[in-house]
Amino acid sequence: MKIAIQVEDFDVSTELDLLRKGFPGIGGINLFVGTVRDSHFGDQVAAMELEHYPGMTEKCLQDILAQAEKRWDVINATIIHRVGKLLPMDQIVLVAVASSHRGDAYAACEFMMDYLKTSAPFWKKEHTPEGSRWVDARTSDEERLKKWGK
Amino acid sequence: MKITIRFFASLKEALKTDQIDEDIPNQVITIGDLRIYLSKKDSVWAESLAPHKNIRAAQNLEMVTMEEPIQERAEIAFFPPVTGG
Repeated sequence: MKIAIQVEDFDVSTELDLLRKGFPGIGGINLFVGTVRDSHFGDQVAAMELEHYPGMTEKCLQDILAQAEKRWDVINATIIHRVGKLLPMDQIVLVAVASSHRGDAYAACEFMMDYLKTSAPFWKKEHTPEGSRWVDARTSDEERLKKWGK
Repeated sequence: MKITIRFFASLKEALKTDQIDEDIPNQVITIGDLRIYLSKKDSVWAESLAPHKNIRAAQNLEMVTMEEPIQERAEIAFFPPVTGG
C-alpha cells in the first residue's frame, strides 16, 4: 500500500508497475487521475495552489484506505496527492486499486475518491485573471457519500 | 488549559495567522465554545468564525464536531470545508 503527499509530479505507468509487482493474484486495476482544469465557473484558471494539513492528511488517507480494505477485496492500493502550485493539465491526484476482480476495484476506487474529496484536509486556491480565490466545497460531493451508506 | 490552535486556507488568510497558543478559561469546554471564545478577539475574528460560516474543526488530527470536548494540550484546527481531489 502506498500513500504519498508530494510536490513532484507522478508517472502513472511507474505507479501501475509498482502496484502490481509481487501480486500475481491481481485480476483487475481501477485507476483514477484528477487533473487541473483550465476554467472554473466560466473563468479562466491560470494556476492553482493546493494547501494541506500535514499529519492529518496522511492519517485521513490511511483511514480511507483501511475503510476500503474492510469493505472490498483490495490486494494493493496507491494514493498520491500533489500539493503546491499546479498549472492547467497538471496531474493532481492518483487513486489506484488492485483487486482479484473488477467489481471490487471499481467500487473501492470510487469510494476512496469520494471520501478523499469530502474528508481529506486539502484546499484549492485558483488564480484567475480577476484575482485569486479559494474554491468552495460542492454539496454534490457530500451527496455522493450517501451511496456509501454514510 | 493550554492548547494550540491552527488555521488553514481562507481562514488562515482572513485571520492573518496560521497558529496560536492559548491558555483557555475553564468555561471553554467544547470546540464550539472555543470558536465563540476566539470570535471575541476582534471584529475580523468575529466575522471569520461567525455561526453562519461553514467551518470544520479537528482535534489532534481527527475531524470533530463543535460538540466535542477539548482535551488537555490538544492541537485544535479550524478550516473551511475541504476541496482536494
